[in-house]
Amino acid sequence: MMPMLIRRDRASTKAAVLAPVVAVLAAIVVNLLLFMVMGKDPVAVFYAMLLEPFLSWSSFSEVLLKMGPLLLIAQGLAIGFRAKVFNIGAEGQFILGAIFASIIPVYFPQATGGWIWPAMLMLGALGGMLWAVVPAFWRVRLNANEILVTLMMSLIAVQVLNYLLLGPWKDPAGFNFPQSVMFQYDAMVPILLPGTRVNVSLLLAFAAAILAWAYMQRSFGGYQFLVGGLAPRAAAYAGFSEAKAITLSLLIGGFAAGLAGAAEVAGPIGQLQRSISTGYGYAAIIVAYLGGLHPLGIVASSLLMAALYIGGDNAMVSADLPVAAVRVFQGTVLVFYLAAVTFVRFRLEWPGSSGAERGSKGA
Amino acid sequence: MPAPLLSLRGMTKSYGQIRANRGIDLDVAPGSIHAILGENGAGKSTLMKLIYGVETPDEGQILWHGAPVRLSSPADARRLGVGMVFQHFSLFETLTVVENISLIVPGAKSALADRIRALGHDFGLEVDPFAHVHALSVGERQRVEIIRCLMTDPKLLILDEPTSVLPPQAVGLLFDTLRRLRDGGVSILFISHKLDEIQAICDRATVLRAGQVTGHVDPRDHDAHALALMMIGRDMPPPLHADPRPAGKVMLELCGLDYQPDDPFATPLSGLTLTLRAGEVLGIAGISGNGQADLSRLISGEVRLPAARRDEVRMMGQGVGHLNPAERRTLGFAFVPEDRLGRGAVPEMTLSDNSLLTAHGQGMLKRGFIDRRAEVAFTEACIRDFDVRTPGPEAEAGALSGGNLQKFIVGREMSLKPDLLFVAQPTWGVDIGAATAIRQRLVALRNAGVAVLVISEELEELFEICDRIQVIHKGHLSPSLDARSTRAEDVGRWMIGAQAEGAVA
Repeated sequence: MMPMLIRRDRASTKAAVLAPVVAVLAAIVVNLLLFMVMGKDPVAVFYAMLLEPFLSWSSFSEVLLKMGPLLLIAQGLAIGFRAKVFNIGAEGQFILGAIFASIIPVYFPQATGGWIWPAMLMLGALGGMLWAVVPAFWRVRLNANEILVTLMMSLIAVQVLNYLLLGPWKDPAGFNFPQSVMFQYDAMVPILLPGTRVNVSLLLAFAAAILAWAYMQRSFGGYQFLVGGLAPRAAAYAGFSEAKAITLSLLIGGFAAGLAGAAEVAGPIGQLQRSISTGYGYAAIIVAYLGGLHPLGIVASSLLMAALYIGGDNAMVSADLPVAAVRVFQGTVLVFYLAAVTFVRFRLEWPGSSGAERGSKGA
Repeated sequence: MPAPLLSLRGMTKSYGQIRANRGIDLDVAPGSIHAILGENGAGKSTLMKLIYGVETPDEGQILWHGAPVRLSSPADARRLGVGMVFQHFSLFETLTVVENISLIVPGAKSALADRIRALGHDFGLEVDPFAHVHALSVGERQRVEIIRCLMTDPKLLILDEPTSVLPPQAVGLLFDTLRRLRDGGVSILFISHKLDEIQAICDRATVLRAGQVTGHVDPRDHDAHALALMMIGRDMPPPLHADPRPAGKVMLELCGLDYQPDDPFATPLSGLTLTLRAGEVLGIAGISGNGQADLSRLISGEVRLPAARRDEVRMMGQGVGHLNPAERRTLGFAFVPEDRLGRGAVPEMTLSDNSLLTAHGQGMLKRGFIDRRAEVAFTEACIRDFDVRTPGPEAEAGALSGGNLQKFIVGREMSLKPDLLFVAQPTWGVDIGAATAIRQRLVALRNAGVAVLVISEELEELFEICDRIQVIHKGHLSPSLDARSTRAEDVGRWMIGAQAEGAVA
């Protein structure tokens, strides 16, 4: 007999907290089985992927380095997701942020001064936001689906990056590699933890988490987003503008992703190149959902996802895992999470398990 | 009494702390119309969900033709021959009527469409089989629900507050339908709190109060007073007599309002004109689907006019046709919409957060941030003053029964201290006690000098509280009729468009 999903009277907090934990555990089990089938040693993979990132300061600092952009982008996306505005083009907004930030070091490579890196970050945020203006405009004007437009805008962003790197912005002394000049010292975000690559942008990401928490949980603006997402007709009844909510949530997402892109080129990478993103914009979607779209949950899920990145790199070297393994892992985590999150609002009931048996239990 | 078709023994169901049904016994005879009578929250809907297999009981037994059965899903119930028309409809809005029906009834669409027309004609449930459901009014959707049930040839038909959306003429037709079905051997469980209807049509009645049975009676042997006493455990409040008051300032004007809906199936509005003054209640009567839904959106601001036509809707002496609902509220306007879940309230949010929806101007915001204490205080006052039965301000709106949520929304809007209050279907699906309380509140506001506009499909309600009535029919408004000197039959003629021009001055 088929079990049935019964709607709960109210959302279960316990299930909301357990869902991501269960999803991650299930993904670990399934992926280890998958690696066994591929002929890898599951113990070695488990060790390299899930334990090693936390076992030394140097690898943990790399986890924190990856966590920065994921945390920042995911906070921005989650605000839109809660308003049911699905910006899945953070990847493109991230790239535009990186491009805009690079304007200063590319055109003024000799410039010096403490103003340069903050100006680059601001330019980057602006670039990401501008890239999100396009889908916002079409959604508000023509009701064009923002999922499709943001996704297509990401593909365009990649081509803009390619054009710049193969053409006008190519480093003349770079042996014809598609990359810009290396940025000068003042164009780099200052290091936060000496001896590591972790820079001040991690603080920005945590600040974004706090701001997002205050905005979504405490402010009237965030409340209007939530109403728009949960019950659009109630938002119309109350007089909350749908166009404003859509535009603002896309701009916030673009701002955060652009800032992350700027911090990446002005941080660990130090120049504009083709591989500035290892799919941060897409991984952040998983991070946002795995964190329950809650600002504090996202802090935890971004740490986990960052550790998976580092662990995946480790496993490639020490356990001979293919590059795709990390993506597969991320994908399974998301799938299991989406399945598990059903139980926040629903419970499972087996036909036949009801009635008399439950009655006797209750008596 | 012949052997019962359906028997319930000791049905018990709890939701957390709330014991919705406690040891309920019930016998439904074959070929009878059996009323389940009770206030909101008395446990009627829960009991029906148990019979229809939507919920399973904690304790108790269901017997069908004397044999115990276990219903773990509505599909089980349908296989036995139980059909149900819910108070909240379950139709796909993007599909047509015939497509919705073909989801559970086998057969070619053209054959189904013919059957829909035939059933509609026989039972006064006329509906275009090829209309999209989103374009239908609430009343028309209910017709579709009833037709869908009839098409599966049920032995037992459960109707949850079926008359609450029907115009008076159609109630009579529905009752004919139900009698014909009964004579054809179908038993009917008729959930209602309208005593006159139950006395008109039901052979038996089971009265519920607070989850328990308080009586099995023949409703024709008891007068309304006795039944009401069983139901609410106290005397019915006296009826209202709204005395005329001197005319106040004009608070709402429609000046030749025209509106062409995007939806080709909806009724266009043309040349609507009305004037509403402070200290009076104006009622808009009419059969559902004659343009009420768009009219209420135009008055609330959910649908806006171009700025050049702003003066077609005027509030407190200024043209507001181009303003959004929040802007209109700042002028002293408040509005209770006809649908509660998803429009008047967000089901997934707590009552506190639902207060914020329209009452955020009542000191709940500090520099753009929410003052939780003010929000909870407002909500608690609303729950207390309007007798909302709920565990507290932290309960989710979706967990409240329909009537209690309506009391909350009406209370919230009245607490805004408006100069102009607009209520669409104030007592739809609300029990007598609560409905009377809401009507008394509306009249009290009128006496305090508030201008009150009410759209309702219940004529008695309008006659009870209104000073004047205008009737909407096919997107046109009748002239203003004095509620004290006009007979119900005259309003009824306007409702069906049979009023001769010039008959009313």
